[in-house]
Amino acid sequence: MLIRIDIEKCTGCGTCVSVCPFGAIILKDDKAFITEACNLCGSCVEACPESAIIDERGKEQTKQEDFKGVWIFAEQSQGKIASVAYELLGIGRKLADELKTELSAVLLGKSDEIEELIKWGADKVYYTDTPEYNYLDDELYSKTFINLIKEHKPEILLAGATAIGRSFIPRVAARLRVGLTADCTGLEIDKETGNLLQIRPAFGGNIMATIVSPTSRPQIATVRPRVMKRGEYNPERAGRIIKIEPLKPTGRVKILERIEDTSFCKVNLQDAKVIVSGGRGLGGPEGFKILRELANLLGGTVGASRAAVDEGWIPYAHQVGQTGKTVCPKLYIACGISGAVQHLVGMQSSDIIVAINKDPNAPIFNVATYGIVGNLNEIVPLMIKKLKEGITE
Amino acid sequence: MKIIVFIKQVPDVTEVRIDPKTNTLIREGVPSIMNPYDLHALEAALQIKESTSGKVTAVTMGPPQAEEVLREAISMGVDEAVLLTDRKFAGADTWATSYTLSRAAKKLGFDLIICGKQAIDGDTAQVGPEMAEFLDIPHISYVRKIEKISSSEMIVERLMDDCYEKIWVSLPALITVVKELNNPRPPSIRGKMAAKKAVIPRWNADEIEAEEEKIGLKGSPTMVKNIFAPPPRGERKILEGTPEQQVNTLLKELRRLGCL
Repeated sequence: MLIRIDIEKCTGCGTCVSVCPFGAIILKDDKAFITEACNLCGSCVEACPESAIIDERGKEQTKQEDFKGVWIFAEQSQGKIASVAYELLGIGRKLADELKTELSAVLLGKSDEIEELIKWGADKVYYTDTPEYNYLDDELYSKTFINLIKEHKPEILLAGATAIGRSFIPRVAARLRVGLTADCTGLEIDKETGNLLQIRPAFGGNIMATIVSPTSRPQIATVRPRVMKRGEYNPERAGRIIKIEPLKPTGRVKILERIEDTSFCKVNLQDAKVIVSGGRGLGGPEGFKILRELANLLGGTVGASRAAVDEGWIPYAHQVGQTGKTVCPKLYIACGISGAVQHLVGMQSSDIIVAINKDPNAPIFNVATYGIVGNLNEIVPLMIKKLKEGITE
Repeated sequence: MKIIVFIKQVPDVTEVRIDPKTNTLIREGVPSIMNPYDLHALEAALQIKESTSGKVTAVTMGPPQAEEVLREAISMGVDEAVLLTDRKFAGADTWATSYTLSRAAKKLGFDLIICGKQAIDGDTAQVGPEMAEFLDIPHISYVRKIEKISSSEMIVERLMDDCYEKIWVSLPALITVVKELNNPRPPSIRGKMAAKKAVIPRWNADEIEAEEEKIGLKGSPTMVKNIFAPPPRGERKILEGTPEQQVNTLLKELRRLGCL
């Protein structure tokens, strides 16, 4: 056990028992006892009025002062820097200022937009434009990062929780033996320890968790696109652009062809102004017919919760949520969606949210601007009828 | 062709809730299932075995009851299964998990490792790629199609955010698969009988020669500081009245806000 109870000091007051989020502390012979359910979260350490709970793990500090600077990975596809890179610069700038350190971006592959990274907040950009880097080669990308990190020792590295970031960043963390937190929706600096607090949905998004990597550096996180805000754009901003030595690919993987024409790309959820989404409450694939009709009337498109996609009622391309798309339309209408956080994180930044659900306790109502407790098979056709008639009174 | 499929027993996350009063997970009555993506990984392995001959081994790490998902894998047709179980494995994050699994893969030997894209409880999608790094083999994530496979190479399609890519990869390699890849088969009667009878070996840390400081809670660089219920969002208004009145109010409000 890395958290232990000082039996001498413990008064058996039970404070720790009630604060433990994992139910991992019991009272045994009037003393606190930590069971195997302990997740080392440390809540009890802070809560104990007698300072009788000791976190042994805090003692194993690495030479953290050697690690300085915040880094972000600026991914590109077809030479265009992904929008998430600018969002990372936004949050990265904030973290770097708080830590009073530099913000650097790493760009792999050819792009004409390097200076943009500086204008959006980077102090330095490391890049290579060798053609081998134009497409994701996991081994090449990760080796390049591993070398750069060993040389420059950043304390934080952020990448987009995109197909590219989530594929190769784990290799970097594995090799460097450091912590990696997936798909963060919030990042803060812990004022006391200086650790990066990495907030993410867990358990399918039904709860939020704060993750820390207290003893390893750099602290690496992938960050959910469209959650962080861009920083300030300053066309006058100066910074250094540094070309790095490209590595040779291992040759164990070759990208043969890039194919754009898939139905996957055609469902343009991310640019839609109005999205009408359906969940398990639709009861079957037919349910999406009326949603499509409503979406067409509103000039929008159709989305879905993971439950509906898992049931096979609608293709994955329509999925909104943690494992699908993150969207922020002007109007999001959730029909028969209970509102697991896994779904909420993908749509809660929408301007106006309408929820239609027959369960008044469904969590979706917590984020809904307007909620209708009712039968969607009654409400949605009524909406369609009224919209067609153009009657609002 | 030796194929290992790593699978995971997960709580059915659609059933998990947090108690707003105590801020703890409500675990009672939450059923355990095989991670849904892993069914597709198993199906892919079985199809490859059927077209090229070979052997498929399903492996999971977990408490003794995780054996259930291995029996399910056997009922689908895998040849053998191994349960990695040891109190020392408990509390592992993705780093310690992928290290542990890589030790088992080394012991078993393989040409190809197949994993589901991610597990639905943690949703990290990290264990597959991390394991590939530990094993020093290439990996391809999000495989949606296996076009060709031989004993030394394969051609697959990888699903990216804005396109898909056709990729050649030499073996041994690791792939993670998405649901579009295939339709998992249901268990066969023969498979169910085999699953019932199968003796599933259990390996502990010593048997896979795992270094103690790299496994379980102790080997995990990340830790959970706290958990909390997702915060509610701003103003909310529940519309009252008959369905007709509700719809009228809604449309009026939406028109006022310039949504229509």
